[in-house]
Amino acid sequence: MTKVYEKSPAFFDTFTRKPSMQKTTHYCPGCGHGTLNKIIADLIAELGIQDQTIFVGPVGCGVFIYYYYESASVSAPHGRASAVATGVSRANPDSVTISYQGDGDLAAIGTSNAIHAANRGENMIVFFVNNNIYGMTGGQLAPTTLIDQTSTTSPSGRSILNDGFPLRMAEMVAGLEAPVLSARVAVNTPKNVRQAIKVIRKGLEAQRDKKGYAFIEVLSQCPTNWKKDPKEACEWIDDVVCQQYPLGVMKDIVEEHPSQKRKCERVEFDAIAEQLNLTTSDENGFQPIELIEDEVRFKFAGFGGQGILSLGMMVSQLSMERHMEVTWLPSYGPEMRGGVANCSVVVSKEAIGSPVVDQPNVLVALNRPSLEKFGPLVPEDGLIIYNSSLVDTVPENLKGKVYALPATDLASEAGNVKAANVVVLGFVAQKTGMFSQADLETFLAETFKKPALLELNLKAVKAGWSAAE
Amino acid sequence: MKKLVKGNEAVVIGALVAGCDAYYGYPITPASEIAHAASEYFLPLNKVFVQAECEIGAVNMVFGAASSGQRVMTASSGPGISLKMEGISYLAGAELPSVIVDVQRVGPGLGNIGPEQSDYFQVVKGGGHGDYRAIVLAPASVEETYHMAIKAFDLADKWRSPVFILTDATLGQMMEPIDIKEEPTHRSDKPWALDTTPESNDNLVTSIYLDFDDMEEHINKLHAKYAKITEEEAQAEIYGADVPDIVLTGYGITGRMLRSVVDKLNEIGIDAALIRPQTLWPFPSKTYQEIVKPGVPVLSVELSCGQFVEDVRLSLPGHKVTHYGRVGGNLPELDELVAQAEKCVQEAK
Ligand code: SF4
Repeated sequence: MTKVYEKSPAFFDTFTRKPSMQKTTHYCPGCGHGTLNKIIADLIAELGIQDQTIFVGPVGCGVFIYYYYESASVSAPHGRASAVATGVSRANPDSVTISYQGDGDLAAIGTSNAIHAANRGENMIVFFVNNNIYGMTGGQLAPTTLIDQTSTTSPSGRSILNDGFPLRMAEMVAGLEAPVLSARVAVNTPKNVRQAIKVIRKGLEAQRDKKGYAFIEVLSQCPTNWKKDPKEACEWIDDVVCQQYPLGVMKDIVEEHPSQKRKCERVEFDAIAEQLNLTTSDENGFQPIELIEDEVRFKFAGFGGQGILSLGMMVSQLSMERHMEVTWLPSYGPEMRGGVANCSVVVSKEAIGSPVVDQPNVLVALNRPSLEKFGPLVPEDGLIIYNSSLVDTVPENLKGKVYALPATDLASEAGNVKAANVVVLGFVAQKTGMFSQADLETFLAETFKKPALLELNLKAVKAGWSAAE
Repeated sequence: MKKLVKGNEAVVIGALVAGCDAYYGYPITPASEIAHAASEYFLPLNKVFVQAECEIGAVNMVFGAASSGQRVMTASSGPGISLKMEGISYLAGAELPSVIVDVQRVGPGLGNIGPEQSDYFQVVKGGGHGDYRAIVLAPASVEETYHMAIKAFDLADKWRSPVFILTDATLGQMMEPIDIKEEPTHRSDKPWALDTTPESNDNLVTSIYLDFDDMEEHINKLHAKYAKITEEEAQAEIYGADVPDIVLTGYGITGRMLRSVVDKLNEIGIDAALIRPQTLWPFPSKTYQEIVKPGVPVLSVELSCGQFVEDVRLSLPGHKVTHYGRVGGNLPELDELVAQAEKCVQEAK
């Protein structure tokens, strides 16, 4: 007897991943999935890509695709096969990643993931099995169900008004720039199978050659849910389904598209250190700071745009470089939207507990609302520095030592009102004794690389320092 | 070398030092700096960074990368974590090492972008469907965020499990110095992973077991693993008096504030101790049982109306545990917490 059918070597001999009946598939008799599975298996063997092939299975009738292929496989959550395949393909730049999805999976719950994988041009081939119905869950309406076609959730037929139109995915994908191949084939007749083999071969070759994203929609018969015998089901595809979903290649730029292998590397710590601009040691010759308290708790507050947050960062950075413990915390809440910004900075010799500053030792208030809000919280031995360029009357309920600093005017004299925060930095450094003038100059030289900007900031910091003397 | 960074950046630097291969994420305040830093550092190092089309896409890309044996992470905040939950259940079911960061914000719904600790139930107790657990690390400083990021990848590999790093808007946005240097990491061999070698042809990553008995066996196997994790990985910081008049407890930013409250209480003559869980699952119940003596009041503080406190109470059956919470984005003031503690001590007398 001659052997009419030989199982592809890409299939398992015995379906050992299947819990029972390991010689037969789980598909219903006459189902298109079986034919498509065989075409893919034969081509994997023909192209010699079995080891590179990784299958991503969907939820739907294709869920058990991994029973059959002796290839690395993963089963994805419903609709997410294209996203899972993205992770697989990026991690395995040499792979032929196959995402196998049905119409509920790809065209309904997972449309966004499918379209975006296509649009990124992921190196993967997607088989979109369109049988215009939900198979496994029991024959419900799919996005691809034909107009007037009945299903268990459209018992009197799909209505345009209620359910919209059947989605043509191959055309949609072909409309995107990234995909190299988008086609619709069918597996209902020998003639259509021959054409399907040609197109699928091209798609798999494109994967082997790292050409990018290929999308192959496969019209497939579901005799069970169509309530037709297998022969009728095959005929119905030619007679009816193909009217809505014409077969053909909607886009093919495989030949001219360059190969596009993506990077995925492991690196040594040295490369990370270089990327982070790390130097090897913290030895910078700076001495620890003599603080006015064991822990100095700053509140910097003002309008958004006055450089409040960066003023806090400058104090933090300078303190860190001088071996202090530091925390910097930006403000939250509705006042941010009103254009009032504040940040809390704690500088300490010891590990810092709460980074939240309720009672500041040093308050910098660059506008009136922040002086009114935070001023009364400063205790008697605390410092209150306010911007006398913008605030003319000082609230009466202040306990701390109050200093008027015309920060905006001094910055303007130095060349730019935006340098008001650097004026304050100079003032605070002098008043708290935390940083010397030389410290500030070195720091500004590292921060501002443009000569004109550096000059402006040096002037500003000096003006602040002198005002404090 | 020391570098002044936000908590959100520290988590990425920790991931890099741990050899993280890939980052998949979607922007959301107050977690977005994580994606910013990941794109800044991962791409030039030829590592994978993809801004996914959605949170669900991101977590499923993580699923694909983890199936392939990569060290991989994603990050988000409350609403985004809700969306990722299905995928996290799959990660747990398929036993895939992976790291997820939740920078908690205010909820429910859109809430706001301030700090809260109200994702506790969602993150610590499951959140996704099915009978699974995920390890949850709770740092209280930027430095600890950095170290826990490194540790998270090792734990994920060691236990083949998703691992959460649970921070909040305050920890994510605040800056502190971190000391960055080469750290030992323990990347597991992953012979089960999907790759392009002939050896991997028989590998299958899945969470579906159609046969009920097979499924039961798989779930029991997971829970045997969870029992071991509970035994080995629970961790807490203890601070303050050896024989306390009151025990304070809280995690993350609240736990850290309570450290200052302990100091303030000691100044006014109340001996206080702090238990700050560093792992929320497994919960360090034994630490509570060792430290908290009968009759000593316990004050549990969190930025929620009482989620974390349930685990404290479960750890101390029959013991009086007082809950104090602030919500909406507000942090309590230290004096407010001192007053609460004093009240508890008074009532216990
Ligand atoms: S339900 Fe339909 S699609 Fe599913 S296996 Fe049966 S025939 Fe095939």
